[in-house]
Amino acid sequence: MEEWLYIRTEVYPALLKGFWVSLELIIPSALCGLIIGIIVGVLRVYGSRPVMAAANTYVALFRGIPLIVQLFIWYFGLPGIGIYLSPFAASVLGFSLCSGAYHSEYIRGALLSIKRGQMLAAQSLGFNKVQMIFSIILPQAIRRALPGCGNEIVYLIKYSSLAYMITCIELTGQGKILASNSFKYTEIFLMIGVCYLVMTSVAALILGRLEERLRLPGFEHDRI
Amino acid sequence: MAGRPQLMRPSIFCEFCKRMPESLIAIGDALPYLLQGALVTLTVVIGAMALGLILGIPLAVGQVYGHPAFRRAIGLYVWFFRGIPLLAFLFLFYFGLCTALDINLSAFTVAIIVLGLISSAYQSQIFRGAILSLSEGQFRAARALGMSDLKAISFIVLPQALRLSIPAWSNEYSILLKDSAVTYALGVAEIMARAHFVATRTYQQLPLYFTAGVIFLLLTWAGTKGLRILEERVRIPGYTTHGM
Amino acid sequence: MMATPILRIENISKRYGKKSVLQGASLEVNKGDLKILIGPSGAGKSTLLQCINFLVTPDEGRIWLDGQEVHYAHKRDLYAYRQKVGMIFQDFNLFDHLNALENVRIGMVKVRGMGKAEASERAVMELERVGLKDHMQKYPAQLSGGQKQRVSIARALAMDPMVMLLDEPTSALDPELIGEVHAVIRDLGNNGMTMIMATHQIGFASSLASEIVFMEDGRIIERGTPGKIFNDAEHARTREFCSKITELYGER
Repeated sequence: MEEWLYIRTEVYPALLKGFWVSLELIIPSALCGLIIGIIVGVLRVYGSRPVMAAANTYVALFRGIPLIVQLFIWYFGLPGIGIYLSPFAASVLGFSLCSGAYHSEYIRGALLSIKRGQMLAAQSLGFNKVQMIFSIILPQAIRRALPGCGNEIVYLIKYSSLAYMITCIELTGQGKILASNSFKYTEIFLMIGVCYLVMTSVAALILGRLEERLRLPGFEHDRI
Repeated sequence: MAGRPQLMRPSIFCEFCKRMPESLIAIGDALPYLLQGALVTLTVVIGAMALGLILGIPLAVGQVYGHPAFRRAIGLYVWFFRGIPLLAFLFLFYFGLCTALDINLSAFTVAIIVLGLISSAYQSQIFRGAILSLSEGQFRAARALGMSDLKAISFIVLPQALRLSIPAWSNEYSILLKDSAVTYALGVAEIMARAHFVATRTYQQLPLYFTAGVIFLLLTWAGTKGLRILEERVRIPGYTTHGM
Repeated sequence: MMATPILRIENISKRYGKKSVLQGASLEVNKGDLKILIGPSGAGKSTLLQCINFLVTPDEGRIWLDGQEVHYAHKRDLYAYRQKVGMIFQDFNLFDHLNALENVRIGMVKVRGMGKAEASERAVMELERVGLKDHMQKYPAQLSGGQKQRVSIARALAMDPMVMLLDEPTSALDPELIGEVHAVIRDLGNNGMTMIMATHQIGFASSLASEIVFMEDGRIIERGTPGKIFNDAEHARTREFCSKITELYGER
């Protein structure tokens, strides 16, 4: 009975609050990450040589350095040169930039897999480069990149827990506080685990549906 | 304020330049300490990869050839370990289960176990994909020679599947390497923990975190390079990997 | 002379769902026989061969090897039986990670428990027999189709089989490579190897076969000497098939 009361009056509200913060972190980061990923992916394939090199360097750095190090740089490091970010802003910045680098890998691969004939056909119709990229190439490439990008979003959901390390109190953070106060680590973190399982499973389900919806008849066969 | 206004608001760049020598000294001082952390990081990563490999192979074999109920159980295992953040697992095992079950494990050991369990879920899917990509005839020919299923799997299927898995395995290495930085949350004295320790004492956060990042980059580079050499060495002549 | 058949197959049936692919096929093979299975694709030739080796488990039927019934539900018996029955596949199925020598050797080492040195010696001998001694260090991907099939024959021979099953051994090969594989099979036949082979190569079949077995729709329709089947078959379907296939593959 006492347990139940504790869950209702303390655990539930705290976890709910944390859950919302997590969502507030994940959704903008996922969107920004995707946008960055698409832009960087396009630049890495169609950009001029220096642009390409710059984009490649960005991707190599942000994929190669652990996310937690990146978050520490944004939150604890930037004040050293006079830039102060809130834990929340630093988290969203870190997540977006890191996941953008990963997204760009999938976008780039997908762009490279589009057959040259598609571009020749667009050019023969009088499309300019930008029109061609946006109305012919990207719609095909995004379909091909979707499984990879979807996976990346699932990863982002899990990695959003790292925001706690730079004192942005989201789901994991709330759990840690509750657990430290009550010493019920096992129970609390199992609950936290279930919350994340639900989030990742629902995201995977939605992304699977989306993939299904966007599928072009016969198109999936010539995926490499 | 009226006198020399441009000096009143030093640009971020100037500030950075002014502190350069100081930063370099701090990095130089901390480097041996950070490199000791790199050894800890590598031990954790190699331990976790080995554990993931040992568990991942039977999981993959079970998921491909096992009884349907068994397959479903493995699917559940994979779903569980892939669906929950590493940080939550670390807290659950270290503060939760170890205390509840009264097992006395160091943070270092827990880090290897947790990373290894998660990695086993991912590695099992790598091996599963590789096994499924082999032609069915390989297994059939082995059986036609009178091999038992176990022999066919160990002498025919796995030697080929493991070779095909190396590129994905090298990816798994770089993921584990980066994830290992999270074990800092338990106080494992790896690169990140040491960088943070020095940074908070010297107030040289940016240079130190950046150095930590560079060490991780170098470790990733060295590891993937090593695995590429391994891949080349065990390559079957004339055999082209049809994409993985 | 009525010796006990070395392989006796009785009433083998196999269904996939509602589709019946084999309906009560029976066959007796004496030592040194070369039985050739012919018939349109989908007739069940390949399924029959795979059933004989229990790579496909028949729904009904019994098999005797050298007078002993095969209890295929007993794993140990099954593995022992398979060692004595060599199988050659249409698409070779050489082990892709092993070179020619290792392909021939692996069965002896891992299944028969032979020492490596002894097995290697034997493997070299078998490879020499199929004319590939010079290629024994090559991997499957470095061999031509004809060479691969000859390695796979050597691999089967190394197990000292009492019977060999050949499932269209040349149908995945380019025409100019068929001859080398036929030469090896002919050589085996001349040395008294007992074989059951499914093939469309009528000319080759009639020159070598002790009996031709015509199958259609999972049944054995007719059997007899090559002369009888090709020139004087009893069933209209057999005659029709033979004339069609002779037209297609040439007389000899």
